[in-house]
Amino acid sequence: MEGPKERWVGRDAGPLVRPYTITKGRTRTSGVRLDLVTILVATWNPVRDHMRLTSEQHRLLAMCRKPITIADLASEIDLPLKVVHVLLGDLVEHGLLQEVPQQQQTPTGRHDARLLMRVLNGLREL
Amino acid sequence: MAYENSDPGADDPRVALKILVAGGFGVGKTTLVGAVSEIRPLRTEEDLTDVGAGVDDLTGVERKTTTTVAMDFGRLTFADGLRLYLFGTPGQERFWFMWDEIAYGAVGAVVLADTRRLEDCFGAIDFFEHRRIPFVVAANCFDGARRYSAEEIQDALEVDPHVPVVLCDVRRRDSVKEVLIALIELAIEDSVTATPAPLPAHPHR
Repeated sequence: MEGPKERWVGRDAGPLVRPYTITKGRTRTSGVRLDLVTILVATWNPVRDHMRLTSEQHRLLAMCRKPITIADLASEIDLPLKVVHVLLGDLVEHGLLQEVPQQQQTPTGRHDARLLMRVLNGLREL
Repeated sequence: MAYENSDPGADDPRVALKILVAGGFGVGKTTLVGAVSEIRPLRTEEDLTDVGAGVDDLTGVERKTTTTVAMDFGRLTFADGLRLYLFGTPGQERFWFMWDEIAYGAVGAVVLADTRRLEDCFGAIDFFEHRRIPFVVAANCFDGARRYSAEEIQDALEVDPHVPVVLCDVRRRDSVKEVLIALIELAIEDSVTATPAPLPAHPHR
Protein backbone atom coordinates (compact mmCIF):
# COMPACT_ATOMS: atom_id res chain seq x y z
CA MET A 1 0.00 0.00 0.00
CA GLU A 2 1.12 3.50 -0.81
CA GLY A 3 1.93 5.59 2.23
CA PRO A 4 0.61 9.14 2.47
CA LYS A 5 4.07 10.63 2.04
CA GLU A 6 4.49 8.99 -1.34
CA ARG A 7 1.34 10.61 -2.62
CA TRP A 8 2.52 14.14 -1.82
CA VAL A 9 4.30 14.57 -5.09
CA GLY A 10 1.90 13.55 -7.78
CA ARG A 11 1.81 13.87 -11.52
CA ASP A 12 0.31 17.38 -11.27
CA ALA A 13 2.53 18.74 -8.54
CA GLY A 14 4.87 20.62 -10.84
CA PRO A 15 8.40 21.62 -9.86
CA LEU A 16 9.49 20.38 -6.44
CA VAL A 17 10.40 23.83 -5.14
CA ARG A 18 7.69 26.25 -6.15
CA PRO A 19 8.14 29.96 -5.53
CA TYR A 20 5.56 30.04 -2.75
CA THR A 21 7.52 27.48 -0.75
CA ILE A 22 9.71 30.40 0.24
CA THR A 23 6.65 32.19 1.62
CA LYS A 24 5.43 29.07 3.43
CA GLY A 25 2.51 28.83 1.05
CA ARG A 26 1.14 32.31 1.53
CA THR A 27 0.24 34.46 -1.44
CA ARG A 28 -1.02 37.53 0.43
CA THR A 29 0.67 39.98 2.71
CA SER A 30 -1.06 40.58 6.00
CA GLY A 31 -2.23 44.11 6.49
CA VAL A 32 0.51 46.22 4.94
CA ARG A 33 -0.29 47.80 1.58
CA LEU A 34 2.80 47.42 -0.59
CA ASP A 35 3.02 48.98 -4.00
CA LEU A 36 5.73 48.81 -6.67
CA VAL A 37 6.84 52.32 -5.75
CA THR A 38 6.51 51.97 -1.99
CA ILE A 39 9.87 52.96 -0.45
CA LEU A 40 11.10 50.80 2.43
CA VAL A 41 14.01 51.25 4.81
CA ALA A 42 15.48 49.16 7.63
CA THR A 43 14.55 50.21 11.17
CA TRP A 44 17.73 48.62 12.61
CA ASN A 45 15.64 46.86 15.24
CA PRO A 46 17.33 43.60 16.29
CA VAL A 47 16.46 40.40 14.45
CA ARG A 48 15.12 37.85 16.96
CA ASP A 49 15.26 34.07 16.65
CA HIS A 50 11.49 33.66 16.89
CA MET A 51 11.07 35.63 13.65
CA ARG A 52 12.60 32.68 11.77
CA LEU A 53 13.72 34.80 8.82
CA THR A 54 14.51 33.02 5.58
CA SER A 55 17.78 33.62 3.75
CA GLU A 56 15.80 35.65 1.19
CA GLN A 57 14.46 37.86 3.96
CA HIS A 58 17.96 38.40 5.31
CA ARG A 59 19.00 39.47 1.81
CA LEU A 60 16.04 41.84 1.48
CA LEU A 61 16.77 43.31 4.89
CA ALA A 62 20.39 43.95 3.89
CA MET A 63 19.21 45.65 0.68
CA CYS A 64 17.03 47.98 2.76
CA ARG A 65 19.93 49.50 4.70
CA LYS A 66 19.29 52.46 2.43
CA PRO A 67 15.80 53.44 1.27
CA ILE A 68 14.75 51.41 -1.77
CA THR A 69 11.55 50.83 -3.74
CA ILE A 70 9.84 47.47 -3.94
CA ALA A 71 10.29 47.42 -7.73
CA ASP A 72 14.06 47.72 -7.28
CA LEU A 73 14.10 45.11 -4.52
CA ALA A 74 12.12 42.61 -6.61
CA SER A 75 14.31 43.20 -9.64
CA GLU A 76 17.55 42.77 -7.72
CA ILE A 77 16.54 39.69 -5.76
CA ASP A 78 14.98 38.13 -8.91
CA LEU A 79 12.00 36.51 -7.24
CA PRO A 80 8.39 36.89 -8.39
CA LEU A 81 6.86 40.15 -7.21
CA LYS A 82 4.12 38.59 -5.09
CA VAL A 83 6.66 36.41 -3.30
CA VAL A 84 8.71 39.52 -2.55
CA HIS A 85 5.55 41.22 -1.25
CA VAL A 86 4.89 38.43 1.23
CA LEU A 87 8.49 38.33 2.45
CA LEU A 88 8.59 42.12 2.86
CA GLY A 89 5.19 42.09 4.59
CA ASP A 90 6.68 39.82 7.28
CA LEU A 91 9.66 42.11 7.74
CA VAL A 92 7.35 45.10 8.20
CA GLU A 93 5.17 43.16 10.67
CA HIS A 94 8.28 42.23 12.66
CA GLY A 95 9.21 45.90 12.84
CA LEU A 96 12.43 45.34 10.87
CA LEU A 97 11.37 47.47 7.89
CA GLN A 98 9.28 50.60 7.69
CA GLU A 99 7.66 52.49 4.87
CA VAL A 100 9.09 55.89 3.99
CA PRO A 101 6.05 58.20 3.96
CA GLN A 102 5.57 59.94 0.62
CA GLN A 103 2.22 61.76 0.93
CA GLN A 104 1.98 62.25 -2.78
CA GLN A 105 -1.76 62.12 -3.36
CA THR A 106 -4.35 64.79 -2.75
CA PRO A 107 -7.84 63.98 -1.39
CA THR A 108 -9.07 63.79 -5.01
CA GLY A 109 -6.79 60.81 -5.58
CA ARG A 110 -4.63 62.94 -7.88
CA HIS A 111 -0.98 63.76 -7.46
CA ASP A 112 0.16 67.05 -6.05
CA ALA A 113 0.66 69.56 -8.86
CA ARG A 114 3.87 70.92 -7.33
CA LEU A 115 5.37 67.45 -7.26
CA LEU A 116 4.36 66.90 -10.89
CA MET A 117 6.00 70.22 -11.79
CA ARG A 118 9.25 68.86 -10.36
CA VAL A 119 8.87 65.80 -12.59
CA LEU A 120 8.22 68.04 -15.57
CA ASN A 121 11.34 70.08 -14.89
CA GLY A 122 13.35 66.89 -14.45
CA LEU A 123 12.14 65.54 -17.79
CA ARG A 124 12.95 68.78 -19.59
CA GLU A 125 16.51 68.67 -18.27
CA LEU A 126 16.94 65.03 -19.28
CA MET B 1 29.60 67.29 7.26
CA ALA B 2 26.07 66.79 6.11
CA TYR B 3 26.81 68.86 3.04
CA GLU B 4 29.51 66.58 1.72
CA ASN B 5 28.91 64.34 -1.25
CA SER B 6 29.35 61.38 1.05
CA ASP B 7 26.10 62.28 2.80
CA PRO B 8 24.51 58.83 2.85
CA GLY B 9 21.02 60.17 2.16
CA ALA B 10 21.82 62.33 -0.84
CA ASP B 11 20.82 59.87 -3.58
CA ASP B 12 18.20 57.96 -1.66
CA PRO B 13 14.68 57.86 -3.07
CA ARG B 14 12.25 60.04 -1.15
CA VAL B 15 9.34 60.19 -3.56
CA ALA B 16 8.75 57.57 -6.25
CA LEU B 17 6.06 58.01 -8.90
CA LYS B 18 5.03 55.60 -11.60
CA ILE B 19 3.85 55.75 -15.17
CA LEU B 20 2.44 52.80 -17.10
CA VAL B 21 3.38 52.05 -20.67
CA ALA B 22 0.63 50.02 -22.31
CA GLY B 23 -0.16 48.85 -25.81
CA GLY B 24 -0.37 45.75 -27.94
CA PHE B 25 2.22 43.01 -28.06
CA GLY B 26 5.37 43.99 -29.94
CA VAL B 27 4.47 47.66 -30.33
CA GLY B 28 7.72 48.88 -28.78
CA LYS B 29 6.98 49.34 -25.07
CA THR B 30 10.36 48.04 -23.96
CA THR B 31 12.14 50.13 -26.59
CA LEU B 32 10.32 53.24 -25.33
CA VAL B 33 11.31 52.61 -21.72
CA GLY B 34 14.88 51.79 -22.78
CA ALA B 35 15.21 55.03 -24.76
CA VAL B 36 15.09 57.16 -21.60
CA SER B 37 16.25 54.81 -18.85
CA GLU B 38 18.07 51.62 -18.06
CA ILE B 39 15.81 48.59 -18.41
CA ARG B 40 15.37 46.43 -15.35
CA PRO B 41 13.61 43.06 -15.38
CA LEU B 42 10.80 42.13 -13.03
CA ARG B 43 9.24 38.71 -12.57
CA THR B 44 5.65 38.34 -11.59
CA GLU B 45 4.14 35.02 -10.66
CA GLU B 46 0.43 35.37 -11.24
CA ASP B 47 -2.23 33.21 -9.71
CA LEU B 48 -4.61 32.50 -12.55
CA THR B 49 -7.39 31.46 -10.20
CA ASP B 50 -7.66 35.17 -9.34
CA VAL B 51 -8.97 35.81 -12.80
CA GLY B 52 -12.50 34.57 -12.15
CA ALA B 53 -15.36 34.72 -14.58
CA GLY B 54 -15.40 37.00 -17.57
CA VAL B 55 -12.03 35.99 -18.90
CA ASP B 56 -12.45 33.25 -21.42
CA ASP B 57 -8.96 33.34 -22.82
CA LEU B 58 -7.74 30.69 -20.43
CA THR B 59 -9.41 27.72 -22.04
CA GLY B 60 -7.03 24.81 -21.97
CA VAL B 61 -4.87 26.02 -19.11
CA GLU B 62 -7.38 25.52 -16.28
CA ARG B 63 -5.11 23.14 -14.43
CA LYS B 64 -2.22 25.54 -14.31
CA THR B 65 -2.65 27.72 -11.26
CA THR B 66 0.24 30.14 -11.69
CA THR B 67 2.07 31.57 -14.62
CA THR B 68 5.22 33.66 -14.80
CA VAL B 69 4.91 36.98 -16.56
CA ALA B 70 8.03 38.96 -17.31
CA MET B 71 7.71 42.70 -17.02
CA ASP B 72 10.17 45.50 -17.68
CA PHE B 73 10.60 48.76 -15.94
CA GLY B 74 12.83 51.78 -16.21
CA ARG B 75 13.85 54.33 -13.63
CA LEU B 76 14.56 58.04 -13.96
CA THR B 77 16.30 59.80 -11.08
CA PHE B 78 15.70 63.51 -10.60
CA ALA B 79 16.93 66.03 -8.01
CA ASP B 80 16.05 65.79 -4.31
CA GLY B 81 15.31 62.08 -4.21
CA LEU B 82 12.52 62.23 -6.79
CA ARG B 83 12.20 59.15 -8.98
CA LEU B 84 9.97 58.28 -11.88
CA TYR B 85 9.37 54.62 -12.71
CA LEU B 86 8.09 53.47 -16.08
CA PHE B 87 6.35 50.10 -16.07
CA GLY B 88 5.69 48.25 -19.30
CA THR B 89 2.45 46.35 -18.83
CA PRO B 90 2.10 42.88 -20.31
CA GLY B 91 0.42 43.31 -23.68
CA GLN B 92 -1.60 40.12 -23.88
CA GLU B 93 -5.22 40.58 -22.92
CA ARG B 94 -5.20 37.59 -20.62
CA PHE B 95 -2.87 39.44 -18.24
CA TRP B 96 -5.01 42.51 -17.91
CA PHE B 97 -6.16 41.48 -14.48
CA MET B 98 -2.65 42.43 -13.34
CA TRP B 99 -3.06 45.99 -14.51
CA ASP B 100 -5.24 47.10 -11.61
CA GLU B 101 -2.47 46.32 -9.20
CA ILE B 102 0.17 48.03 -11.33
CA ALA B 103 -2.06 51.02 -12.11
CA TYR B 104 -2.91 51.71 -8.48
CA GLY B 105 -1.72 55.23 -7.69
CA ALA B 106 -0.10 55.78 -11.09
CA VAL B 107 0.47 59.34 -12.29
CA GLY B 108 -0.72 58.34 -15.75
CA ALA B 109 -0.17 56.10 -18.72
CA VAL B 110 1.29 56.10 -22.19
CA VAL B 111 -0.78 54.05 -24.62
CA LEU B 112 1.56 53.10 -27.41
CA ALA B 113 -0.18 52.60 -30.75
CA ASP B 114 0.96 51.07 -34.01
CA THR B 115 -0.90 52.86 -36.83
CA ARG B 116 -0.98 49.62 -38.85
CA ARG B 117 -3.05 47.93 -36.14
CA LEU B 118 -4.70 50.60 -34.06
CA GLU B 119 -7.29 48.19 -32.70
CA ASP B 120 -4.57 46.58 -30.55
CA CYS B 121 -4.67 49.52 -28.17
CA PHE B 122 -8.47 49.90 -27.83
CA GLY B 123 -8.48 47.74 -24.70
CA ALA B 124 -5.80 49.82 -23.02
CA ILE B 125 -7.66 53.04 -23.81
CA ASP B 126 -10.87 51.64 -22.30
CA PHE B 127 -8.97 50.55 -19.22
CA PHE B 128 -7.53 54.00 -18.46
CA GLU B 129 -10.71 55.86 -19.43
CA HIS B 130 -12.79 53.79 -17.01
CA ARG B 131 -10.36 54.31 -14.15
CA ARG B 132 -9.93 58.01 -14.88
CA ILE B 133 -6.17 57.62 -15.15
CA PRO B 134 -4.68 60.40 -17.31
CA PHE B 135 -3.18 58.98 -20.50
CA VAL B 136 -1.64 60.07 -23.78
CA VAL B 137 -1.62 58.08 -27.00
CA ALA B 138 1.83 57.81 -28.56
CA ALA B 139 1.72 56.64 -32.15
CA ASN B 140 4.96 54.88 -32.94
CA CYS B 141 6.08 55.79 -36.45
CA PHE B 142 7.54 52.54 -37.65
CA ASP B 143 9.75 52.54 -40.70
CA GLY B 144 7.60 52.00 -43.74
CA ALA B 145 4.32 52.68 -41.97
CA ARG B 146 2.12 55.23 -43.71
CA ARG B 147 2.22 58.52 -41.85
CA TYR B 148 -1.01 59.69 -40.33
CA SER B 149 -1.55 63.01 -38.63
CA ALA B 150 -2.25 63.14 -34.90
CA GLU B 151 -5.79 64.34 -35.74
CA GLU B 152 -6.44 61.35 -38.01
CA ILE B 153 -5.30 58.98 -35.28
CA GLN B 154 -7.40 60.76 -32.67
CA ASP B 155 -10.47 60.41 -34.93
CA ALA B 156 -9.78 56.75 -35.63
CA LEU B 157 -9.40 55.96 -31.93
CA GLU B 158 -12.47 58.01 -30.95
CA VAL B 159 -10.69 59.26 -27.83
CA ASP B 160 -11.79 62.33 -25.93
CA PRO B 161 -10.46 65.50 -27.64
CA HIS B 162 -8.46 66.44 -24.53
CA VAL B 163 -6.41 63.22 -24.79
CA PRO B 164 -3.10 64.18 -26.40
CA VAL B 165 -2.02 62.14 -29.40
CA VAL B 166 1.71 62.40 -30.00
CA LEU B 167 3.59 61.00 -32.98
CA CYS B 168 6.85 59.49 -31.81
CA ASP B 169 9.82 57.30 -32.58
CA VAL B 170 10.27 55.10 -29.52
CA ARG B 171 13.95 54.56 -30.33
CA ARG B 172 14.76 58.24 -29.87
CA ARG B 173 15.31 59.67 -26.43
CA ASP B 174 14.11 63.18 -27.37
CA SER B 175 10.97 61.79 -28.92
CA VAL B 176 10.12 59.71 -25.84
CA LYS B 177 10.87 62.73 -23.64
CA GLU B 178 8.21 64.70 -25.52
CA VAL B 179 5.68 61.91 -24.92
CA LEU B 180 6.40 61.86 -21.19
CA ILE B 181 6.28 65.67 -20.98
CA ALA B 182 2.85 65.64 -22.70
CA LEU B 183 1.64 63.09 -20.14
CA ILE B 184 2.91 65.00 -17.10
CA GLU B 185 1.40 68.24 -18.44
CA LEU B 186 -1.92 66.44 -18.76
CA ALA B 187 -1.59 65.03 -15.23
CA ILE B 188 -0.89 68.52 -13.86
CA GLU B 189 -3.99 69.88 -15.61
CA ASP B 190 -5.94 66.93 -14.27
CA SER B 191 -4.72 67.40 -10.69
CA VAL B 192 -5.84 71.01 -10.72
CA THR B 193 -9.32 70.33 -12.13
CA ALA B 194 -10.06 66.92 -10.58
CA THR B 195 -13.15 66.32 -8.49
CA PRO B 196 -13.07 63.68 -5.76
CA ALA B 197 -13.17 60.37 -7.58
CA PRO B 198 -13.89 56.88 -6.27
CA LEU B 199 -10.74 55.22 -5.02
CA PRO B 200 -8.91 53.28 -7.71
CA ALA B 201 -10.23 49.76 -8.02
CA HIS B 202 -8.17 47.15 -6.23
CA PRO B 203 -10.03 43.86 -6.46
CA HIS B 204 -7.35 41.71 -4.84
CA ARG B 205 -7.96 43.13 -1.42
